[in-house]
Amino acid sequence: MEIAIAIITGTVVAATPLLFAAMGELVAERSGVLNLGVEGMMLIGAVTAFHVAFAGYPLAVAAGAGVLAGAASSLVFGVLALNLLANQYAAGIALTILGGGLSAFLGREFGAAPIDPVEALHIPVLSDIPVVGRILFDYDPLVYVAFILFGLIWWMLFRTKAGLVLRIIGENPQAAHDIGFKVIPIRYLAVLFGGAMAGLGGAYLAIAYTPLWVENMTAGRGWIALALVVFASWRPLRVLLGAILFGGVNILQLHAQGQGIGPASEFLSALPYLATILVLVLISRNRQTQKVNFPASLAKPFRPGH
Amino acid sequence: MRLQFEPRPTPSLAAQVLAPIAAFALTVVFGSIFFLVLDLDPFETLHVFLVRPLSSANGVSEWLLKASPLILIGLGLAIGFRANVWNIGAEGMFICGAIAAGWFALAFGDGDHAWLLPLMALAGIAGGMAWASVPAFLKVRFGTNEILVTLMLNYVAVLLLGYLVRGPWRDPFGFNFPQTALFGPSALFDPLVGVYRVNTSIFITLVAVGIAWLFVQHTFTSYRMTVGGAAPAAARFAGFRDSHSVWLGLLAGGGCAGLAGMMEVAGPLGQLTGHISPGYGFAAIIVAFIGRLHPFGIVLGGLLLSLLYMGGESAQIMLRLPAALTRTFQGALLFFLLAADFLIYYRPRRVGRR
Repeated sequence: MEIAIAIITGTVVAATPLLFAAMGELVAERSGVLNLGVEGMMLIGAVTAFHVAFAGYPLAVAAGAGVLAGAASSLVFGVLALNLLANQYAAGIALTILGGGLSAFLGREFGAAPIDPVEALHIPVLSDIPVVGRILFDYDPLVYVAFILFGLIWWMLFRTKAGLVLRIIGENPQAAHDIGFKVIPIRYLAVLFGGAMAGLGGAYLAIAYTPLWVENMTAGRGWIALALVVFASWRPLRVLLGAILFGGVNILQLHAQGQGIGPASEFLSALPYLATILVLVLISRNRQTQKVNFPASLAKPFRPGH
Repeated sequence: MRLQFEPRPTPSLAAQVLAPIAAFALTVVFGSIFFLVLDLDPFETLHVFLVRPLSSANGVSEWLLKASPLILIGLGLAIGFRANVWNIGAEGMFICGAIAAGWFALAFGDGDHAWLLPLMALAGIAGGMAWASVPAFLKVRFGTNEILVTLMLNYVAVLLLGYLVRGPWRDPFGFNFPQTALFGPSALFDPLVGVYRVNTSIFITLVAVGIAWLFVQHTFTSYRMTVGGAAPAAARFAGFRDSHSVWLGLLAGGGCAGLAGMMEVAGPLGQLTGHISPGYGFAAIIVAFIGRLHPFGIVLGGLLLSLLYMGGESAQIMLRLPAALTRTFQGALLFFLLAADFLIYYRPRRVGRR
């Protein structure tokens, strides 16, 4: 029982940074922009948030700093991809390399120095319910933020005019431009939002999940977030499902390592990456599902006018 | 008066050649500002970074030693990039080439075998290709995105190498360090000159440059792949199969990266450890782009990125700056290159005040 609860809550916590980053990337991709720099933006967000938390500021301030840093780093990508019409694959890879190097540089003083872990938010009555309370209402505040943001993004994308415009731009930027929508500014907002969410995901890793700063601590989670968006066929609910699936794989392999069961620890550690490949294969076999929600202009440069 | 950009009727060749130079200049400016912020004298620091590493014979030896794998991997990746095959898994292919070659070195390294080194080279190529064949197969068979698969396999390769050097391949007399025994002399390249580390494997890279140049300039396959990358619909209409480009692009990248991994362990490292690549697989992406995907350009790109690696080490020793600076400047270099590339397709035009 104890172990089951630990696995369930661990899964939710492990899914949280993926949910942040993948939902941000989903918004950017729905506007037609593919930013492969998620890993770099997460690392920038993580090291910034850790700096702020290490200086003694509260969780909200540190997380906010991660958000701002992630958004700022996405500007680098925005200029390349949106103004200078660079190849979006290459621009994203540049951001990942830059973010990895810069974050390692900025975090050079923290030799895995720990900070105080974040206290779980105690909700009166609810948190005290046996079992159910511990599974549903015993998390740090950022976990709830992730799920609230998930709901808001879903609502924004599919129930508001702003979301409709965003999706039209992702589908056909020329038509959107001809109707009078400002494609580049709106795509900028989407890219910035993606960066902010990646920064928040990184911040969560550094100040709540681990909580410490280690070079390259995201360990591919930015790329897994990118894979989740493909796996989800650009649909939010499936992003959530994917994030929980991956959180679960990660927690299960950690538990197996902790118990000393199964093969050598390196093989267990490889499971999340192999699982990513497996789900990508499974989803790409079904091309019809992929096509329905695929933003048709994804990764194609767009220049208004002319 | 202000500037406006308009599309050029034809891409500018001059801008194509000048963009890497402009990118390097901008990276130097970026670095200077970075150093100023850190309260360092930019001139002195740039000297430590870019001049000092090359001011000794040993420095030049190290420069060529590091440039060689970067050039070799860059050549292989460029073949894929031309065909729009996005292989960012050279790091994993490098490691698998080193593992495959390392197995032969550990198994036969004690004896005096003239055939061992060539066999290890073949094993390196095969190891890299085997790793690359996974994304190639998945891409061709299921349409799975090669960017994500190649990237994920990097992590798997690092873990596989870690397992081997901590587990079955660990040197029994190595004081429990995660590394294999040292390779025997017949599993190592000879030094090129005297006491310096640069070795005869550099000729492999030179031959590869020649082969790549012949391939790019003189074969129909290369032309087909380029057309397929630039205009997939037209290529399909003309009967060129996408799947051939995917296979060839990934296998070329994997083979070159695997061979580079073999050269690294049979050269300066002389054994397998948990960390055999200082990010060569990623740096080689930049090498390929800086070199404009052309073999001769890639040679220059490899020399530049190698210099950045050495500059980082030199700054680490002389100024106690962290090694992460190298990666920061690598990223900045690619960033500025992509920015400068804008001028290949667009030209500025003065617009008079109305």
